[in-house]
Amino acid sequence: MHIKVDVERCVGGGQCVLSAPRLFDQDDDDGTVILLAQPEPGEEDDARQAARVCPAAAIEIID
Amino acid sequence: MTMPGAKGRVIVIGASAAGLTVAQELRRHGYTGEVQLIGDEEHLPYDRPPLSKQLLTGAWEADRLYLTSRDRLADLDVEVRLSKHAVALDIGSTGVGPVVRLDDGTELTSDSVVIATGCSPRQLPGTKPAITGLHTLRTLTDAQRLRDELGTGRRIVVIGGGFLGMEVAAVARTSGTQVTIISPGQPMVGAVGPAVGAALAELHTENGVRMLIGCPVEEITADTDRVTGVRLADGYRISCDTVVVAIGASPNTDWLTGSGLRIDDGVLCDATLLAAPGVYAAGDVARWRDPRSGQLIRVEHRMHAAESAAVVAANIMGQDLVYVPVPFWWSDQYSAKIQFYGWPSVAAHLWQGDLADRKAVVLYSNENGCLTGVLGWNSIKATRSARELLIAGACLGDVGRTKPLDAG
Repeated sequence: MHIKVDVERCVGGGQCVLSAPRLFDQDDDDGTVILLAQPEPGEEDDARQAARVCPAAAIEIID
Repeated sequence: MTMPGAKGRVIVIGASAAGLTVAQELRRHGYTGEVQLIGDEEHLPYDRPPLSKQLLTGAWEADRLYLTSRDRLADLDVEVRLSKHAVALDIGSTGVGPVVRLDDGTELTSDSVVIATGCSPRQLPGTKPAITGLHTLRTLTDAQRLRDELGTGRRIVVIGGGFLGMEVAAVARTSGTQVTIISPGQPMVGAVGPAVGAALAELHTENGVRMLIGCPVEEITADTDRVTGVRLADGYRISCDTVVVAIGASPNTDWLTGSGLRIDDGVLCDATLLAAPGVYAAGDVARWRDPRSGQLIRVEHRMHAAESAAVVAANIMGQDLVYVPVPFWWSDQYSAKIQFYGWPSVAAHLWQGDLADRKAVVLYSNENGCLTGVLGWNSIKATRSARELLIAGACLGDVGRTKPLDAG
């Protein structure tokens, strides 16, 4: 599994950080997504949850 | 309920964010039956929030809005039928699943039906919707038409002071259009309360929007078939080229009349989003009793579309998830990025920053002094901290110093 984020789409909702805090953070200034890491085994569900709840469809999961 | 792995068929009516998410989630759960996605627009599922933002400004073209492609749907083995209206639902009887009838006469039998038909914009009573220059904004096609009417030298009247109207006004003004907002009361009050509503109205006024509050619209005036202006109940006339009616949206449930489902400002469901055996609702059209507040609620935000859809898909697969969302929405108006988690309430309190500085976090509390919602204005990370307080069930006594904004 590979995560791709689209910073231009991001609206800074922070839902990804709430779903997968090890994988995502938010920029201090504008709140846009920062991808911290690609998912390790066992983190796939959290990553999918983050993609699903993203209100801006800014996170893509590539299997 | 369909047993995991069993062959069957799920029909999803509505091919927008909620409908698409149901289909994707069913496959993720390992559903191997047929999944059909029925949409009444000509477009593949697309994202609606940018319609009043990046699409309307021209920053994005339509291709950036699509949430999927035909190839991806084929990979998921989801059959999509576009430009098809569902016209009737038979919720079935013992041993027979729900049956959907489409406008082309097709009858689709199923094990489960998901109603994700969304909402349609409310129209002003007594107006001819066919007048050139009279707009509502819900679909991609609506947004593309409206975009062509904006620009320097053009005059637009926005009827409605909710966040769609305010976003349209901000985009129009930024593009040089002369903008008037007509709102029955203070803009945005229902969503953010009087204090933040007033600060947002001030932001618009500063940007050169004319704000007319408290006088109902009597008539949209037209010259043969083109909008010429708006006449208010007190006789005042505003000349314009374009009118946008943004006075809210109604759930698309007409096709369910006679289905036996309970319809009351949406499809009434239980808290698992089940409306009848094998019949679920997701997204804007669903109405259910929120276990936390005890209120019947319906939510029209983007994140709810996906979250409710995920619950529906899990429940079709035999889970029994109760849906208890913390709603989230955001709005972009000029330089203001507004974010909201939870629900507004009678009392608002300034927690961080200052509305005058256009950087603030506002907490909303109920009659017990406990948080119901949090709003951030250009305060992304602090708003997330406030959300954590909200989720933890904090009350005003737990959050440190606050300053009252709207009295409870």
